[in-house]
Amino acid sequence: MTLFHHFTISPFMVTSNPFVVPLADVPVLAYPEFVNKIKELTADERCHCVTYHAVPLGAVLKFFCCIASDHNHGLILLSHEQQATPPPSLESLTLHHPSFHMYEREISEQWGVQFEGHPWMKPVRSHFMDAGCGMQDAGCGMQDAGCGMQDAGCGMQDAGCGMQDAGYRMQDLASCVPYPFYSIEGEGIHEVGVGPIHAGVIEPGYFRFCCKGEKVLHLEIQLGFQHKGIEKLFIVKRSGIQRAVLAESIAGDTAVGHSIAHVQLMEALAGIRPSETLQAERIIALEMERIAVHIGDTAALCTDIAYQFGQVVNEALRTIVINTTQSWCGNRFGKGLIRTGGSHYPLTRELADLYLANLKEVEERYNQITREIFTNPSVLSRFEGIGKVSAHQAGLIGAVGMAARSSGVKRDIRSSHPFQAFSKINYEPVTLHQGDVWARAMLRKLEVEKSLQLIRDLIRGTDFQNNHTAPQYDYTLPVSSFALSLAEGWRGEIMHSAVTDEEGNILHYKVKDPSFHNWMALALAVRNQEISDFPLCNKSYNLSYCGNDL
Amino acid sequence: MALNFISIFRRHGRQYVKDLRKAVIPEGFRGRPVISMEITPAEEKVAEMLCPTGAITSGPFRLDLGKCEFCMECCFATAGKIRFTNDHRLAANLREGLLIRKGEDKTIRINPELVGKEIRSFFGHALRLRQVSAGGDNSAELELNACGNVNFDMGRYGIEFVASPRHADGLVITGPISGNMAEALQICYDAVPTPKIVILAGTAAISGGIFENSPDLIRSFIGTVKPDLYVPGNPPHPLTFINGVLDLTGRK
Repeated sequence: MTLFHHFTISPFMVTSNPFVVPLADVPVLAYPEFVNKIKELTADERCHCVTYHAVPLGAVLKFFCCIASDHNHGLILLSHEQQATPPPSLESLTLHHPSFHMYEREISEQWGVQFEGHPWMKPVRSHFMDAGCGMQDAGCGMQDAGCGMQDAGCGMQDAGCGMQDAGYRMQDLASCVPYPFYSIEGEGIHEVGVGPIHAGVIEPGYFRFCCKGEKVLHLEIQLGFQHKGIEKLFIVKRSGIQRAVLAESIAGDTAVGHSIAHVQLMEALAGIRPSETLQAERIIALEMERIAVHIGDTAALCTDIAYQFGQVVNEALRTIVINTTQSWCGNRFGKGLIRTGGSHYPLTRELADLYLANLKEVEERYNQITREIFTNPSVLSRFEGIGKVSAHQAGLIGAVGMAARSSGVKRDIRSSHPFQAFSKINYEPVTLHQGDVWARAMLRKLEVEKSLQLIRDLIRGTDFQNNHTAPQYDYTLPVSSFALSLAEGWRGEIMHSAVTDEEGNILHYKVKDPSFHNWMALALAVRNQEISDFPLCNKSYNLSYCGNDL
Repeated sequence: MALNFISIFRRHGRQYVKDLRKAVIPEGFRGRPVISMEITPAEEKVAEMLCPTGAITSGPFRLDLGKCEFCMECCFATAGKIRFTNDHRLAANLREGLLIRKGEDKTIRINPELVGKEIRSFFGHALRLRQVSAGGDNSAELELNACGNVNFDMGRYGIEFVASPRHADGLVITGPISGNMAEALQICYDAVPTPKIVILAGTAAISGGIFENSPDLIRSFIGTVKPDLYVPGNPPHPLTFINGVLDLTGRK
């Protein structure tokens, strides 16, 4: 990282994922210097922030920021410290890079920190329904929320990501009841509110569209309904089993992804080195999860354009995949499979053979049906050019995973910061530049192909008879340390981070699901689209509510 | 193109599970647990201590399926003295029906005497359900969706999920009921016309599961209504859910 050549303080840089560092070794910068460094680093489009969060350490609030490079294995950790009370008021980083807007909103919500000039200071997941003002009856109050909202409207379409123009700052959470949605005024402009309960068997969230006729001018997404205090529970729950169960309950559709991020964090802290067999097993489970969800999403995309043939065939294929996972560990979502230091479910020769046979079947049939889907003119006319997000936009909002790769941003932890068995595999990510629904559908097809091959290679190249170890739950953690772990789940980059206290207990635990940034991509995708295309755009991202809300 | 199309049809074949009432999930599936009479006091203590959600309690020693996350750690720690069978029939209409005592090895059944008459007469032929995810982790939601897919095809019994609570005969709740969803859940419940049923799907909904003591939950709703069906699981398997509903509504 040559960017750092003129630093007055030597930054903490690593190329290992996960990593552990004593708190005393994390460089502390004065805030203005911190802002300058972040500006320098994020000026490079190939760098993005994997976490920016605050941890209370006695009387100070310590802010950790980790920047990852997409093109080499670098991870840079920076920090700054502020007095915890009264909550500090700081210059907003969002002004320099919009991807920080969610981090700063979260920090402000959790610790009361004010960010001067933050253009969009609203709650991320607060109890905004507490004041007896539910979303349902909040509608009428929206116009009154005012504070310059009306002016914001016109600038919205030009703003790239729409945040610079809004000119609204939340002073405290109470001013957000009723929640101050953007509103646009003018002839023929109307609003459509949806949620928190939606028309299907899906999770809750609130969407407010500002439309002109059928055209969506702006979509504002307000989440937080699923918030159940997971990060705090990681501190309270002291046993390794409890933490493992908690990790796989962050987002049930990413049980394996979040579990891997969690166990490799705990293992790094506890100094446990997973065997090569175990690492391979974890990646097989992870890629199976990816295949299952991608095929399920291919079915769902077909459902949303009323292409029933594509739907039912893919549904049946997904069932084969998740039932194969069930025959390995007894659970269709892989819950119970990923544990610290070992596993209860060794991948036997018989299971490996079952995997190879089932995957061959799935691959052939998936290839057949996707050939049908992607050559069908009526399917293509519904996929192509719908819900476009440019590479520039994806970069600004800090998009990760599939949302980034389908918009031409090559960002994949499997290659940029290889974890587990990926450190021995030279994984080359799939990237498409179109950024539309077609690209997100096609990316799934291409990633399924890659994952199938990856699993086959791992099964053939690993000796599963050796080195099987049982899970270790009585691990001890080092004192006063910071640790961070990244994994590439099927949605994208999953970040788990922990800080330990002087006695080696978890003092603070932070989780970041890829959806944390990617929801903004959905809001951008539907701009200037027909509102009837919203379900299709939504499904093409298939983002997590519970992963965002924690 | 045409050949590809025909080939897909051929290989797709018939996907539906022919008889959902007799379907068996292969061995290895984590279903109804059985506690051996031979379990030693030391093993009981280990299992009780290990259990991440306090589902295992002593005096008398028992396992509460409504709290169990099916992690199976108690099975590994007691060398199989507590084992999980592949029996997927786990639904009960009484909370106490989910308690597994030492030596018990029989399928969990619905107690027909406790089922309201109107439930069987109104909902015995068709049932429309409104699902509310209240802090769910999306795995129970995916399994409920799978109930209607080409494999399980719950619709063959006239059981379907509907979009509006006004069109529904009951609520299916997933998740431990986050504070932020408590009001929306109550509004949705009130909007369902009576008579109506309430189904708690998944361990998180039944007891809170691993989230039980989180200050960010508001579970008071469960105290104000009497759930008609408890469907344990992490998440509940589609066969567990469908058979539970069929048993409740008195179907063959």
